[in-house]
Amino acid sequence: MYKMQLLVCGGTGCRASASAQIVENLNASLKAHGLEEDAQVVTTGCFGFCEKGPIVKVIPDNTFYTQVKPEDAEEIIAEHVLKGRKVTRLLYENPKTQEHVADSKHMGFYQKQIRIALRNCGFINPENIDEYIARDGYSALAQVLADLTPQQAIDMVKQSGLRGRGGAGFPTGLKWEIASKNSADQKYVVCNADEGDPGAFMDRSILEGDPNSIIEAMAICGYCIGASKGLVYIRAEYPLAIKRLQIAIEQARECGLLGENILGSKFSFDMELRYGAGAFVCGEETALIHSMEGSRGEPTFKPPFPAQSGYLGKPTNVNNVETYANIPVIFLKGPEWFSSIGTEKSKGTKVFALAGKINNVGLIEVPMGITLREIIYEIGGGIKGGKKFKAVQTGGPSGGCLTQKHLDTPIDFDSLVAAGSMMGSGGMIVMDEDDCMVGIAKFYLEFIVEESCGKCTPCRVGNKRMLELLEKICNGKGNMGDLEQLRNLALVIKDTALCGLGQTSPNPVLSTLDNFYDEYLAHVQDKVCPAGQCRALRHYFINPDVCTGCTLCARNCPVQAITGEKRQPHTINQEICIHCGVCYQKCKFNAITVQ
Amino acid sequence: MTKIKSLDDLRNRKLQLEQSMDIREKSNNPESLVQIKVAMATCGIASGAREVMNALLEKVEKEKVPAVITQTGCMGYCYAEPTVEVKKPGHDPVVFSYVDVKKAGEIVDKYILKNELLDGILPVNYQTI
Repeated sequence: MYKMQLLVCGGTGCRASASAQIVENLNASLKAHGLEEDAQVVTTGCFGFCEKGPIVKVIPDNTFYTQVKPEDAEEIIAEHVLKGRKVTRLLYENPKTQEHVADSKHMGFYQKQIRIALRNCGFINPENIDEYIARDGYSALAQVLADLTPQQAIDMVKQSGLRGRGGAGFPTGLKWEIASKNSADQKYVVCNADEGDPGAFMDRSILEGDPNSIIEAMAICGYCIGASKGLVYIRAEYPLAIKRLQIAIEQARECGLLGENILGSKFSFDMELRYGAGAFVCGEETALIHSMEGSRGEPTFKPPFPAQSGYLGKPTNVNNVETYANIPVIFLKGPEWFSSIGTEKSKGTKVFALAGKINNVGLIEVPMGITLREIIYEIGGGIKGGKKFKAVQTGGPSGGCLTQKHLDTPIDFDSLVAAGSMMGSGGMIVMDEDDCMVGIAKFYLEFIVEESCGKCTPCRVGNKRMLELLEKICNGKGNMGDLEQLRNLALVIKDTALCGLGQTSPNPVLSTLDNFYDEYLAHVQDKVCPAGQCRALRHYFINPDVCTGCTLCARNCPVQAITGEKRQPHTINQEICIHCGVCYQKCKFNAITVQ
Repeated sequence: MTKIKSLDDLRNRKLQLEQSMDIREKSNNPESLVQIKVAMATCGIASGAREVMNALLEKVEKEKVPAVITQTGCMGYCYAEPTVEVKKPGHDPVVFSYVDVKKAGEIVDKYILKNELLDGILPVNYQTI
């Protein structure tokens, strides 16, 4: 038996920072010190604290090393494992007190979290089904198969109050019930792993860190609705998640946890993977089903809902990865336990991917009803560089921006919609005073225009027109009529687009128009970008008192907009200037000012 | 990989595997467990700390004591090695001196399980992070 274990994060983020090399070096050092019998190196899924990755956690004293480099491996082994002395320089430093924190329990980032969907991420080796089984894995499936009828199991999911974590928050138990009531010779359970929101990576992390929980939950769902076949629709851009899911499916089959007559019951279930080419619209369930059938990934009108006629025309239940990850826990701990967490209408927890101008970038799981202030200032550690908070974008391209006034609103499905945004898959991008909100709206519309499948006119043409208007405004050529037209177009698209993607695509524009109208006004009336981000609205001037006439700027200007005699102050011709900022960067005397 | 054919199979498999995961489960709640630290610097090891550590590991497993056992560096009591520090939840840490395999067993039986003190306790005059 091992006295110590070293858990090394094997998520995509930490692997990009050479965590695989860290594992190799740790093993080599253990061997060199003759400690292979005493300590074991385990590759786990994501710990969530991506900002400080790669993470190495030493068990049993729960020491949390951050930003470990491959060359630190020897020191960790020689000092900590051999002599029991913590390597202080690798410990997390509390930014407020500058004290080293050895244990993750005492770090602000983890203190407010409740990890249900992420319960095994950063704890077990995702490539070893035994570690999942040791943590009550497949016990929920066994319990359901042995003791419950499908309807009883569905009732438990209903009682738990679990709502779909993919975006719209449809009650999961109800969805299962509808699918179970439609009779057919074949039904399907589908897992939507086509995570496409910019900045969201929770589904990937769950699949990379705990793939067996998805397999178990899909089998439970299969039993409930009467399906013997499961399909995971996963982006081909997630190679590590695909690999780990394949390993998990293979191991589950070898153990007989997938296949014929699971655990001696009459229930048979097997599953396979389907790869998506990374189209955002394929996260919409009807488009996803068409893509799986080999057709173009385009949505179709609902009804009929997939629960009536889905994959190959058969009743199909589609849930998101994070939704499935919650299922086994509901059966193990009971629906009452689950529904005791969260708010009245949104039960349980939600995983958020914290990104943008925030100190602790990473993956967090918090109870529903937590406030933005707690997330940003306590878990997230505040705004980078001590700058001023401006907004949080939630829900990706379908969501909106929340501002200062929403900081103390408890977050759940309904409160976010009321605030003009939505839960979405849980991307949370924090913006500070240097971000231009018109530019942000433009960024999301660019994404939508790129990803629109083109089937319906409002989304295909309407969003393109909106983008043109925003470009006009950012280029300083907008007028008041444009703002009005922008709002009108947005409302029409919202009402008339075919699918969820189109109907929610104007949200970033609408919410910035509502919350940051003054910034739009500044762009249109004063031709100024308050955050200084819109290039066309930045004007460069040469201060004649400081300019030495060295001609450096004139020689570097790509459009010859700068003229002047040698050793005499130069001037910029505003008519010719393209606002590229090269002169500003080149000037050695700080003679160029930006307005 | 052996097949899991029934609920009992799954339970047995879990029981077998639990032990190897035990160390990780316990480290999740270090405050609620007895923390045992064995000083394993050169002085400690030379005086037999490795045997003491192994004896403690076996004993704790046998008696099913909710404890985590870690090794530390030199605590500074080189004259009294091997030394073992025991911190029970809600108690101040206690350091035992001149611990051998026999005394290690007594620490578990008497101090940890029955809260009886033993001879050879060193005064604790330090703080740790």
